Amino acid sequence: MESLLEFFSFSDHNVQSVVIGSIWLTASCAIVGTFSFLKKRTLVGDAVAHSVLPGVCLAFILSGSKNPLYLIPGAFLTGWLSLVLIDKIVAHSKIKEDTAIGLILSVFFGLGILALTYIQHTDYANQSGLDHFLFGKAASIVREDLLIFSVIAIILMISVILYFKEFMLISFDEEFAQSIGVPVRRIELLLTTLTVLAVVIGIQAVGVVLMAAMLITPAAAARFWTNDLKILMLLAALFGAFSGISGAYVSYTAPAMPTGPWIVVILSTIAILSFLFAPTKGTLFRLLKQVKIKRKIKDENTLKTMFYMGEELSSFYHPMEVEEMISKRKMQKSSLEKSLLRLKKEGYLEKEKTGWVLTKAGKEKGQRIVKLHRLWEVYLTKYLNIAPDHVHDDAENIEHVITPELEERLEKLLNYPETDPHQSKIPY
Amino acid sequence: MSAEIENPVLEIHDLTVTYSKKPVLWDVDMTIPKGSLAGIIGPNGAGKSTLIKSIMGLVPIASGYIKIFDKDLKEVRKNVSYVPQRGSVDWDFPASVVDVVMMGRYGHLGFFNYPKKADKEVALDALRKVGMDAYKNRQISELSGGQQQRVFLARAIAQQADIYFMDEPFAGVDAATERAIISLLKELADKGKTIVVVHHDLQTAPNYFDWMVLLNTRLVAHGPTQEVFNDENLKETYGGKLTLLSEISKLLENKRFPAREAK
Ligand SMILES: Nc1ncnc2c1ncn2[C@@H]1O[C@H](COP(=O)(O)OP(=O)(O)O)[C@@H](O)[C@H]1O
Ligand SMILES: [Mg+2]
Repeated sequence: MESLLEFFSFSDHNVQSVVIGSIWLTASCAIVGTFSFLKKRTLVGDAVAHSVLPGVCLAFILSGSKNPLYLIPGAFLTGWLSLVLIDKIVAHSKIKEDTAIGLILSVFFGLGILALTYIQHTDYANQSGLDHFLFGKAASIVREDLLIFSVIAIILMISVILYFKEFMLISFDEEFAQSIGVPVRRIELLLTTLTVLAVVIGIQAVGVVLMAAMLITPAAAARFWTNDLKILMLLAALFGAFSGISGAYVSYTAPAMPTGPWIVVILSTIAILSFLFAPTKGTLFRLLKQVKIKRKIKDENTLKTMFYMGEELSSFYHPMEVEEMISKRKMQKSSLEKSLLRLKKEGYLEKEKTGWVLTKAGKEKGQRIVKLHRLWEVYLTKYLNIAPDHVHDDAENIEHVITPELEERLEKLLNYPETDPHQSKIPY
Repeated sequence: MSAEIENPVLEIHDLTVTYSKKPVLWDVDMTIPKGSLAGIIGPNGAGKSTLIKSIMGLVPIASGYIKIFDKDLKEVRKNVSYVPQRGSVDWDFPASVVDVVMMGRYGHLGFFNYPKKADKEVALDALRKVGMDAYKNRQISELSGGQQQRVFLARAIAQQADIYFMDEPFAGVDAATERAIISLLKELADKGKTIVVVHHDLQTAPNYFDWMVLLNTRLVAHGPTQEVFNDENLKETYGGKLTLLSEISKLLENKRFPAREAK
C-alpha cells in the first residue's frame, strides 16, 4: 500500500520517467496496432518484434552504449529488413506468406539470441540490461530515454491522425482505395514503418517476445465495446496506457520482475472481461438476451394454449388447470408454472381457486398469437405453395417474430381471410 | 466477331493478363459505347473479374492498353467508379453505412482533407437512391447481403462518376434488391452514364443489358445484345472448345515461359 502511494505521488523523478515512458509506449503501440488488428496482420507484427533483437544487439556491439539513440536505428534496420525479406520470399517463390513469416521470425530471433549470448560472454561494461529487451523492463526507462520516446510517440500519433482516412480505407477495401487513386503501396509502407517504430520503442517495456500481444490485444478488447473506429482507437489507447501504468508499477515495486508478461496479462484480463461483459457484443449480454427471448416464447405459448382452450369451451374467462394445459400442449410442468406466475405478475392472468383465468389483456395477447399463426399458414400455402400439412411448424416460430407493422401488412396482403388452411377460424 | 464503334468510352486493345505467368486473359480487343448498360458474361474462372481489375489498374497487364474516354485511367480517375465483389471485404469492419458511402467521396478529397457538408449531402442522397437512407447509422455487420450490395452501390453513386464497373452486383442478393438495382442502373444509363456489369445468370442477361461481352479467357464476342447473344456464341463461351488454349496455359505456367516476350 505504501509503495502504491509512493508510486502514484510521482515524487520520485525515476517513477515519473517510468510511468510517462510506459504510457507513451503502450498507448502508441495500441493505436498503431489497431490497424494490424483490422488488417488481420497479427503475424507480421510478431515477426517485426522478434526481428528487432539482432539489430538492438548489433547497435550495442558497435556503439558500446545502451542509449536508445543508437539502439533504435539498429532495431529499425533489422525490423525493416525482415519485412522486405518476407515480401521478397512471397513474391519470388512458392512459399506462402505465413511460412515466410515463420521462417524470417525464427532466423532473426535466433540471430538475436546468438548476439545476446555473445555480448553476455564478453566484458562490455554495461551489458547487463540488454536482455531486458526479451521480456521488457519498464523500470529501466530513464529520463534521457523519455525525450526520444515522446518524440517518436508523438510522430506516430500525428501520422495516424493525418492519414486516418487512408489507413481506414486500405484496411477496409484495398482494391477500392487503389481504384480511387490512393497510393496504396506508399500508404502501406508508411503504416508498416509506423508499426516498426511502435515496436522498436515498445520493446523497452514489453520485450520482443510478447510484443505482438501488445499490438493486437488492446484493439481486440476495444472492438467489443464500440463499432466506431475512432472510439475504438481511443479505447485501445486507454487500455494500452492502463496496462502500461500497471506494468510500470509492478516493475517499480519488484525490480526483478520482467514487465512484458505483466502488461500482457493485464491486457488479456481486459480482453476477457470485455468478451464477457461488454454490452451487446459481450457473451453475458447475449446469453441474457437469449434467456429473455426463450421466456417470451414460452409465455406467448402459454397464453396461446389458454386461448385454444377458451375457443373449445366457447368461454375465454373460464378457470383452467395446469394439467389441462399440459394435455393440450406438451410443456414441462415446472416451466409452465413459472410462466404462469410471470404472466400473473404482468397482468395477463389471475389465479382463482379452481385454476388460472385469462384477463382481458391476456386473452387479447393469446388471440393475437393465434391470429398470426393462422395468417402465416395462409400466407405460406397461398404465396409459397407449401402443402397445408407442412406449414404448422414454421408458423410456430414465426408467430413470435412478427412485428405489428408486418402484422398489418400481412392482414392487408391476405385481405383478412376467414379461416386458415386447416379451416380454423382466424380471430380478429 | 467484334464490333467497331465510333467514340467508345472504353477501348481495350490486345489485352493480355497473366497470374504468375499463367495467362488469364488472352488478346482481348473490345469497345463499349457511351450510355450502354453492358454485361460481361462468362463461366467461373473466365477472367471476368480480372478484366475489370485490369481496367481499374489493380492487376499488372502483360501487354496491350486500355483507354477510358480516350485517356489513361490516371487522367480520368475521378470519372470512373469501381464496385468490387461484395465478398472481397470484411463486413465486420467497425464502420457504419454512411461511413462506407462516404468513402465514395474520398477520391475527390485528396490527402489531409475531411468530408465537408456538401460531401455528406451527396452521400445521403446516394443512400436515398438505393433506398437505404433509413439505415444510414446502421453497423455494416448488421446488414443482409442485399443491403450490403446496396451500400456498395450507394458508395459508387456518391463518386458521381461517368463510367461504372461492377463485379457481380447481383450475387447473393434477394429478388427485390436485384430489381431495385437493375432499374437504378437503367436510370443511370439513360442519363448517359456507362455501366459495365459482371454477370453470370444467362436467364436474365438479355433483359438487363443492351451490350454484351462474352468472355472465356479470350474474347468470344462483343456487341449489341441482339447480335451477339446467340446459341453459337454461348456454346463457344461455355463449351469445351477451349481445351487447347487451357492446355497451353498450363504448359506456360509449369514451364514459366513468359506469355509475352519482354520488351
Ligand atoms: N490473384 C490470383 N492469383 C493467381 N490466379 C488467380 C488470381 N486471381 C484469379 N486467378 C485465376 O484467374 C482465373 C480468372 O479468375 P477471375 O478473373 O476471378 O474469373 P471470374 O471472375 O470470371 O470467375 C481463374 O482461373 C483464377 O483461378
Ligand atoms: Mg469473379
